[in-house]
Amino acid sequence: MDLRDLYQDIILDHGQRPRNFRVQEHPSHVAQGHNPLCGDRITVYLTLEGERIADVSFQGRGCAISQASASLMTEILKGKTLAEAETLFRGFHAKVTGGDAPAAPEALADEMERLEPLSGVKAYPARVKCATLAWHAFEAALKSGSAGATVKTE
Amino acid sequence: MTPVTPVRPRQGGALDPRAIRRDFPIFERNPGLVFLDSGASAQKPAAVIDGVAEYYRSDYANVHRGVYRLSARSTELYEAARETARRFLNAREAAEIVFVRGGTEGINLVANSWGATFLKPGDEVLITELEHHANIVPWQLLRDRIGFALKVAPIDATGGLDLAAFEARLGPRTRLVAVTHQANATGAVLPVEAIARLAHARGAKVLVDGCQAAPRLPVDVQAIDCDFYVFSGHKTYGPTGIGVLYGRKALLDAMPPWQGGGDMILDVTFEKTTFQDPPARFEAGTPDISGAIGLGIALDYVEALGRDAILEHEEALTSYGVDRLSRLAGVRLVGAGQRRLGILSFQVDDIHPHDLATILDRHKVAVRAGHHCAQPLIDKLGLGATTRASLGIYNDESDIDALAEAVTAAQRMFKR
Ligand SMILES: Cc1ncc(COP(=O)(O)O)c(C=O)c1O
Repeated sequence: MDLRDLYQDIILDHGQRPRNFRVQEHPSHVAQGHNPLCGDRITVYLTLEGERIADVSFQGRGCAISQASASLMTEILKGKTLAEAETLFRGFHAKVTGGDAPAAPEALADEMERLEPLSGVKAYPARVKCATLAWHAFEAALKSGSAGATVKTE
Repeated sequence: MTPVTPVRPRQGGALDPRAIRRDFPIFERNPGLVFLDSGASAQKPAAVIDGVAEYYRSDYANVHRGVYRLSARSTELYEAARETARRFLNAREAAEIVFVRGGTEGINLVANSWGATFLKPGDEVLITELEHHANIVPWQLLRDRIGFALKVAPIDATGGLDLAAFEARLGPRTRLVAVTHQANATGAVLPVEAIARLAHARGAKVLVDGCQAAPRLPVDVQAIDCDFYVFSGHKTYGPTGIGVLYGRKALLDAMPPWQGGGDMILDVTFEKTTFQDPPARFEAGTPDISGAIGLGIALDYVEALGRDAILEHEEALTSYGVDRLSRLAGVRLVGAGQRRLGILSFQVDDIHPHDLATILDRHKVAVRAGHHCAQPLIDKLGLGATTRASLGIYNDESDIDALAEAVTAAQRMFKR
């Protein structure tokens, strides 16, 4: 497997210039993701309006994979319903672990396509946690609300 | 036991890493492997691998129990390994050598036996900012039970121990100083003789964590004048699951057992049990017999190469590495004070250590990325994570060159 399948241009771009890289002053939900293996920490901020994700952003430091994954996640989740986000997470998880997931509905096909560049990590088992860190933090934020929580990748 | 792979004596001369590599089957099975992670765990010479297998084939039985000859032979081999470890550390007597699971268990043993008995509320234990988690967490756990104060001596601006600040933190209530001989995250070597002198002058006991130093430096516990010294077999070219705790005889004699079971008792009734003398008192249950024997073989192998020759080799290769890496633009070595040995911890601008380690791995260069189980130190240095190349007896300049070239390749890939 070529390294370039992991570090595609789109990953390097999002890794070096992450989108939605900012703190939200009054998010409805927030959580920290922590990868104890490497010490990386990111915080995911979320503002829900009813069932819809009005805003999602993140901040923190990490490797190119975790930064790019967080960046792509925020771009894709903005405007989605929680049910759609759940479907995307399951689809994404299957992509990066090489597992099975129910085919995403037609309406989310574009989004799944945009997550494709991260599928390279499935050849690097030690790096799967880097790719899923932001998504786990997103999920933890949904569960914990504005009080905040910390999820670990272990 | 007939050694399958004889340990070739090479006493006196300089180390020949190419010849040494031929003693380590891992390099034959993984052609092109550039192994720079001996600080996490070292590879094993065939003498150790075959020696352990041969012991199971020819001489295996439980120790200290059977009256039959095989058990006696097994006991002899196990005790011979203890004598080898005594020689390796220059301890006064073999009874001062306790076999443990590794450095971590050695420190936990001292905390739970000596510490739990002799430390009182209001006492102080002094460690340094350069410690591995294994020499931090056991003291925190014990502090929470007993209520003594855990003090931390800081590093100076160069990344070495600030000896003056260390001395200033020694007080009349300091009962124990627990310091690393060599910091695993940066390679900084600590002046343990001076530390022991200062500590003893205040009446404190001294524990030295030798996990990184034992495979690199000649260690003489009498010259250091420490009260406890621990190291791990697996970092010293021996098997996993075995390590050594050296304890000054008078201290071990005064310490209660920390685990109960077979082998550590003299007499058991349901009312009262009396215990063996050290070291048996601290080796409850069936020990890692093959691990101890394998460790003995590994220590013999290291002695045959020559401890001074190994130190010279590590020093020369460390300077070469410092020089080679410093000349790469965008690469910054993490400070290790006045004396750095065998470990090169560094950062590369705009490339996270995890990404770097993945890319290096594709170039067959094995390094470690992260906080190296020394999170407080890495936090203090404001780093988050580093990439660490650590050296062993089988490394030479070609390994450093491969590392430098792979770093350059990573920089090219990340440059946009
Ligand atoms: C300085 C130091 N102390 C303690 C340890 C713990 O050793 P082990 O995991 O073998 O018990 C290590 C190993 O990483 C170390 O480098």
